[in-house]
Amino acid sequence: MLVAKGKYVRIRKHLLLPEERLENIPDCTRKVPLKAWIRGVLLEESELYEETKIVTATGRVVEGTLKEVSPTYKHNFGEFVPEILQMKKSIQKEFWGDDDE
Amino acid sequence: MTTMSDFSLKDLDSRKKEIILNSVGIDYDQYEREGIGFSYEEMMEDTGFSFEDVQRIQHESMIGNTPLFELKNITAYARKFAPEGYGARIFIKDEASNLSGSFKARRAAVSVYKAKQLGFKGVIAATSGNYGAAVAALAAKNGLKCIIVQECFDSKNKAQPEIIEKARACEAYGAEVVQLSVGPELFYAFLHLLDVTGYFNASLYSPYGIQGIETLGYEIVTQTYNQTGRYPSAVICTNAGGGNLTGTARGIELRANHRCRNIAASVNLQGLHMASDDDFNRKSFTTGHTGFGMPFAINPDRSDVPRSAARPLKYIDEYYTVNQGSVFFITEALATLEGLERGPAGNTSLAVAFKLAQTMEKDKVIVVQETEYTGAGKHHQPQLSFAKQNGVDIVFGDPQTEIPGKNIVVPNSADDIHIEKISLDKLRKSYLKRYASQSLTEYDYTYLKEEFRMDNVKRIEELFEEVKNERAKR
Repeated sequence: MLVAKGKYVRIRKHLLLPEERLENIPDCTRKVPLKAWIRGVLLEESELYEETKIVTATGRVVEGTLKEVSPTYKHNFGEFVPEILQMKKSIQKEFWGDDDE
Repeated sequence: MTTMSDFSLKDLDSRKKEIILNSVGIDYDQYEREGIGFSYEEMMEDTGFSFEDVQRIQHESMIGNTPLFELKNITAYARKFAPEGYGARIFIKDEASNLSGSFKARRAAVSVYKAKQLGFKGVIAATSGNYGAAVAALAAKNGLKCIIVQECFDSKNKAQPEIIEKARACEAYGAEVVQLSVGPELFYAFLHLLDVTGYFNASLYSPYGIQGIETLGYEIVTQTYNQTGRYPSAVICTNAGGGNLTGTARGIELRANHRCRNIAASVNLQGLHMASDDDFNRKSFTTGHTGFGMPFAINPDRSDVPRSAARPLKYIDEYYTVNQGSVFFITEALATLEGLERGPAGNTSLAVAFKLAQTMEKDKVIVVQETEYTGAGKHHQPQLSFAKQNGVDIVFGDPQTEIPGKNIVVPNSADDIHIEKISLDKLRKSYLKRYASQSLTEYDYTYLKEEFRMDNVKRIEELFEEVKNERAKR
């Protein structure tokens, strides 16, 4: 997919390869690269998942792999957690007493 | 795959001192003294800001003078489990009403003001927490550029919802957010950015970052007195890097001339490794936990400046841990009984206050020193939901059986909330370990007396002897 110059995107880059990482860190961390994700405006027309350049909010030009176009925030309140209802019930009961009439 | 590396750890290591000096504007060498110590108070006095200056800077930035509320229902709830005549009045300082939604704005205000005064074009902070949003908001207000560096994802690109929410807030204020995968090399990415941009290091551990919290301690004392005609008997701070407790205690003691129990509270995440890619998404708290609280108490200077202004052992009177399930329970109680929805991490100290109040007489006042904002990602529902997705079981039972990363144990009754007291002598001994192969002079002991909040040099000598003996045995 070709993405137009000027689009707001997210890129990813590897800052350190596994062999470049610190020695005294857990194995699970050391065997994977240190990655960075940055958002900004695309400086040139680019293929999705190909190398590209962006300009960030502070005006830095950063190179990396184009990963996402028009990125947004998808965090939310998660799935229903029945345990919260159970907590609420026991707190209300313990504090206000039973109101079953 | 991109294979190009922007920086080399070796190169940054060799220039670390110079980069820090240029980016904080403080020559830390001038405070070094003979032996192991340094002159903490001189460093704190050199910020160029009086206490009144800090109050003014904060007021002009929509920060400070937050409400202090009495939690009458939570107090009554605690009294149900207290002996006759016990159950101190629990008050909470609603720091969520600061600009950007947490007490961290107090710290950011002074740092960003200093950055502007020194002529820096931008500020950088390494933080996955509320401090990022605070620095970003203050930078926006002052027309400075801002980069926030977060540890956010694991190697499978899965992010902590709470950290995504902070990134959103930072970007809302116009900051550039650099989100990293797990690992302590974040410090080098941070150094690299300071180096290439020439921006100010808005460190949480600079004297500015600590001086900004002194107003909080001062307000707690004066507001408590104005509302109750009494001074607080205890103030509880959620503890991670130690700055919150340090600044608050300084505000209470130096600015309001009051002495009370300074209590630290952290969520117990024992067993989870903070640099582990596997463990990263199995914790339900990204701050206020022992993974920061313990190492920063034992070695405050492990931070991003040579001498940290956050020195928890210098101010802590008591330190308690509490499990994740109990903090979620008390967060739910705060919403259900007080109609006050606030972020879970800030409620760590509330869970501890709930228990401690039961050991204090009814007329005493105990102050929970902060709240933080709540919302998508940053709320006990998404955090518990996320825990389940990552294979952590949510069960009801005895909080003492919780194993961080495996389960979250929620108490069936508020009576079952459990807090654990940490031995300060044990922390002091861990602090002393790095000197085990040398001998300490009289000058060093005088320094340690202040650093450890102890009157008795003889006791420090005994602790050091124990450290040496334990080392010899190994």
